[in-house]
Amino acid sequence: MSKPVLAITEQRNGNFRKVSFEVVSEGRRIADQLGSELIAIVLGAGINGLGAELGKYGANKVLIGDNEFFKNYSAEGYTKTIVEAIKKIDPEIILLPASNFGKDLGPRLAVHLDVGLATDCVAIKLENGKLHAMRPMFAGKVLAEHQLNAVPYMASLRPNIFPVLEPDESKSATVEQISVPISSSDLKAIVKDFITGEGGKIELTEADIIVSGGRGMKGPENYKIIEELADVLGAAVGASRSAVDAGWRPHSDQVGQTGKTVSPNLYIACGISGAIQHLAGMSSSKCIVAINKDPEAPIFQRADYGIVGDLFEVVPKLTEE
Amino acid sequence: MNILVCIKQVPDTETRIKIADDKKSIDPTDINWILNPYDEYAVEEALQIKEKLGNTTVNVISVGPDRTVSAIRSALAMGADEAVLVKTDQVLDSLATAKALAAAIKEMEYDLILFGKQGVDDDNLQVGPMVAELLNMPCVTFISELNLENGKATAKREIEGGYEVVKATLPAIFTAEKGLNEPRYPALRGIMMAKKKTIQEKQVEIDSPKIEIVNVEYPPTREGGQIVGEGIDAVPELVRLLREEAKAI
Repeated sequence: MSKPVLAITEQRNGNFRKVSFEVVSEGRRIADQLGSELIAIVLGAGINGLGAELGKYGANKVLIGDNEFFKNYSAEGYTKTIVEAIKKIDPEIILLPASNFGKDLGPRLAVHLDVGLATDCVAIKLENGKLHAMRPMFAGKVLAEHQLNAVPYMASLRPNIFPVLEPDESKSATVEQISVPISSSDLKAIVKDFITGEGGKIELTEADIIVSGGRGMKGPENYKIIEELADVLGAAVGASRSAVDAGWRPHSDQVGQTGKTVSPNLYIACGISGAIQHLAGMSSSKCIVAINKDPEAPIFQRADYGIVGDLFEVVPKLTEE
Repeated sequence: MNILVCIKQVPDTETRIKIADDKKSIDPTDINWILNPYDEYAVEEALQIKEKLGNTTVNVISVGPDRTVSAIRSALAMGADEAVLVKTDQVLDSLATAKALAAAIKEMEYDLILFGKQGVDDDNLQVGPMVAELLNMPCVTFISELNLENGKATAKREIEGGYEVVKATLPAIFTAEKGLNEPRYPALRGIMMAKKKTIQEKQVEIDSPKIEIVNVEYPPTREGGQIVGEGIDAVPELVRLLREEAKAI
């Protein structure tokens, strides 16, 4: 039997983040190809009941590191604990989420394992025993296939891309506690607090639907109509770089090459002309709708459906429908 | 206080990226090379700390071929004091870059090392935290605010759905997220002065890459787009298409 696949999962406040199920599901698929076991790992504080759930998504074993130090994310604590676990498991492949959690943790683990890491992958496959990872570069202007040459192969998976397996209630995983080999003197950077963003906001990189507004919004006060449409659809609100640079929307809302790269099921671009940096950040959306008064706007070339018209009339009408 | 900013030269975000004939790399002709936008935030933060605290040096370091000098000059023109170029023509992966930087930084002493959170070319987001692990320094990624007091730093770390407040003891590494500050435009005087500053060249051993690009392609082009109509009259048809055809709502 081949060496196991390890899925590093992310929880917050005792709940798995959706991308964790995506990572476990993809881990199951790749473990099946290898004919190997899938081991998942989760760290946190007071999370002992959490592990079993991952069995339904295909994990054979779940390792839990439960410790007060892990009330919040601790880069140093997670790195030390997971490196120690990895040395015992000796995995062939390590998968983790390409969330800010995984983007912080992955490179640290790669240093200790002295291996390569493919960040923010949209597809992975085995080829001649090596892991190949497809990942966008230049915010999606090109797609690059990377070959990993050092075991364990490491890849972080872009949220919202990999399908989650239908949970199988008949399956279960063995749950095992692992040691947490850290003391407070190991921690030189400590998370003191987590402050939630504006009320119930849906995160862009994880959203199923995004409604985005650009320069055509004309001012910050007009985003109300975008927010109303987003509310109706259960969508996240995005913005173009010009809207962010004008100070109309917070930086965290920016979609594009110097903002977030997003892959929702539906992207509705309102008053966005479609600058190359913006198109790079949203072109992997499954369905794109553009609303713009300029029929020549480049966004229409990327859109599945377009409406030429005044967004101040069209967007409220869309909300109504 | 001694501050080091690690910078990268990248193609301008306006650049239309062309794939080279080898199908494994980017065609370098017609690329306008710039200082990585996220690194501008890191340089700006260092300069603001210097202006606030006084008695501070801000140095920059980069790894790359000869052309990297122009990105270094941009940072010097903003106001950085001195610069080091770890010169190499090799293709480096993130770990090899981090090892080269760590080897060069080991010979120096810094209280604060700043990076941009990512290079907007390869989008790997790895080098900052990798250097931190190699130098055994604390590191806070994706910061949108940084305050220093009595050898301690407090940073806002942007994560999905909000931010973390992180305290770290110096020396420490931080990677800059957009929103940290508004980078200044270099004044003419700064640009002229930057031309006179010497850039120290350093050679370090370069590790062989552990991950390589085997193929580069353009993303699939989107086809079949249609203009549903004009104005509000087109809305009901759009909603129907989204429901029935795209099944997106």
